[in-house]
Amino acid sequence: MKLYEYEAKAILASFGVPILRGKLAATPEEARDAAAELGSPVVVKAQVTVAGRGKAGGIRLAATPEEAYKAAASMLGGEVKGLKVAKVLVEEAAEVRREMYLSITNERATKSYIILASPIGGVDIEEIAREQPEKVLRTRVDPLAGLRDFQVRRVVRWLGLEGDLGRQAEAVLRGMYRAFLEYDADLVETNPLAELADGRVVPLDARMIIDDNALYRHPDLQKAYEEDPRDVTQFEAVARKAGFSYVELDGDIGVIGNGAGLTMATMDLVHAYGGRPANFLDIGGGANREVVYEAVKLLLNNQRVKAIFINIFGGITRTDEVARGVEQALSEVGRAKPIVVRLKGTNEEEGRRILAGLGIEMYDFAEDAAQRVVKLVGQ
Amino acid sequence: MTVLVGEHTRAIVQGITGREGSFHARRMLEYGTRVVAGVTPGRGGSEVHGVPVYDSVEEAVSRHPDANASVVFVPARFAPDAVYEAVDAGIRLVVVITEHIPVHETIRFVRYARYRGATIIGPNCPGIIAPGPKVKLGIMPGHVYAPGPVGVVSRSGTLSYEIAYHMTSRGIGQSVVIGIGGDPIPGLDLLEAVELLEGDGDTRAIVIIGEIGGDAEERVAAAIAEGRVRKPVVAYIAGRTAPPGKRMGHAGAIISMGTGDAASKVKAFERVGVPVASTPSEVVRLLEAVL
Repeated sequence: MKLYEYEAKAILASFGVPILRGKLAATPEEARDAAAELGSPVVVKAQVTVAGRGKAGGIRLAATPEEAYKAAASMLGGEVKGLKVAKVLVEEAAEVRREMYLSITNERATKSYIILASPIGGVDIEEIAREQPEKVLRTRVDPLAGLRDFQVRRVVRWLGLEGDLGRQAEAVLRGMYRAFLEYDADLVETNPLAELADGRVVPLDARMIIDDNALYRHPDLQKAYEEDPRDVTQFEAVARKAGFSYVELDGDIGVIGNGAGLTMATMDLVHAYGGRPANFLDIGGGANREVVYEAVKLLLNNQRVKAIFINIFGGITRTDEVARGVEQALSEVGRAKPIVVRLKGTNEEEGRRILAGLGIEMYDFAEDAAQRVVKLVGQ
Repeated sequence: MTVLVGEHTRAIVQGITGREGSFHARRMLEYGTRVVAGVTPGRGGSEVHGVPVYDSVEEAVSRHPDANASVVFVPARFAPDAVYEAVDAGIRLVVVITEHIPVHETIRFVRYARYRGATIIGPNCPGIIAPGPKVKLGIMPGHVYAPGPVGVVSRSGTLSYEIAYHMTSRGIGQSVVIGIGGDPIPGLDLLEAVELLEGDGDTRAIVIIGEIGGDAEERVAAAIAEGRVRKPVVAYIAGRTAPPGKRMGHAGAIISMGTGDAASKVKAFERVGVPVASTPSEVVRLLEAVL
């Protein structure tokens, strides 16, 4: 789950990280009132869960409450980088002396936490890492030993902050680290972290990504996610509720598989034979009839999907359950489009018998099924 | 003897009284695995498929001192505790089938196991199977495997079944198949698994089934370039058509922060002379060429 800037900042603030004064606004009027209350000038920032808003017109300086109104009006209801803007954050405008970068994430290679720090910030970290890799300091934190004082000093020294500024930066890092742990974050990032002209060290922007598997420990966030699925499309939200994973692509062949790897391999096969997958749909391990029913129904109802290719290798998944789910979806929605199936594994005789009864085309090998479905769509 | 498992393997099933645990304990027994005990807190004294159940791993180990591996089917909220319990009781190989365990939990118990000298496979994995000695610790369909000289390491469960099925039906058997799981932080990782196979006398060639996300494949390619892996290697990478920034099913499979796309992995392998199959069945043709 990706958090909005205002949510991430509220969490960081609760762990002692200083943040700029700001107010959330859902209408231009609210933005104007917020600007009046905070005192101009202010910065109006579109709340979308994607980095790089500034270049996409999602961040504007407003010298007066009236300008804040206009900035908010131009953003609200519109889109920034393809995402709808429902709220803006109105923040006091600060005079920046220097911009830095600071983040904490999980590192796969070392199986530890890693702190990335750079004395230059405000631009994409990938860009910094590519063009000035010597500027990026990597500090690995042993998950059992935790963040140690010497590591905090190391990072702060690297940022080039001393004395009072250094102490402020230490508080920022410690707060970020606590937020990272207590919120089961995959990422906590401040970019830029700024040294202000008035001597404060504050994150101007903040991003957090929370591990979906840990949301049960954060009921407030879970509720917010359900009410507002953010960067997830309407179909993807339906899928999550039904218990499978779904990602929309831009082709016309619907793909259903079990397991992420096999489903991706199925998409790749469709592509290799000249077709274009309309989606990634993984029913997961041990899926039951109900999940398959919802999955097939989703694709049958998606206008863009011209044919459906179901590729199942049942280990933990029973293929007869899959067949029954297909049967149920077809009997309800009707067979509006061709379906090609490849079933292998647990209870496959029974699964095949059910599908044969429905007159569905079946293949022993995924390659053959992929070729067939591509041909069907071409006709 | 092959890697991690063999004739000597005596397994405990944690969560044996649950739906999945009970079902797969039976499948493991049928395959030939010696499951000596089950553990479910509060259910000690009962039996599942003739396997005695204990309240704790400590108790199970004290009654079955030959137990040396555990398979965890415990639900995600309780699975980390089950792993610590197994490691504390001296179990050296813990296979974690459970999916949806928070990464922060995994990163800590994986580290703990490392300090205690235990190996974790998973989480969110199908487990490990050795068709020769007939040992299966996990959930893979046993009938698609056959004994043979090829070691397989996979980040994807079902795709490893698919590729093993192609291999077996063309007469190429497996020394061991290790499903390391799809989470961003696995216990045993791709490179560690490949290095085990490199040192295994029963393995003549290695199949790597990778997918988008992370840099595990690139790190294996680097190890090959350094000469740390000398056996013939054949690879397959899933997700050539996956778009960046979208998570494909599980948390591991995502192209993010500019790394992890299929093209980079294919290139990394091809640069060190590892052929990459473009379809699952092509793996067999490439294997036939190197064996």
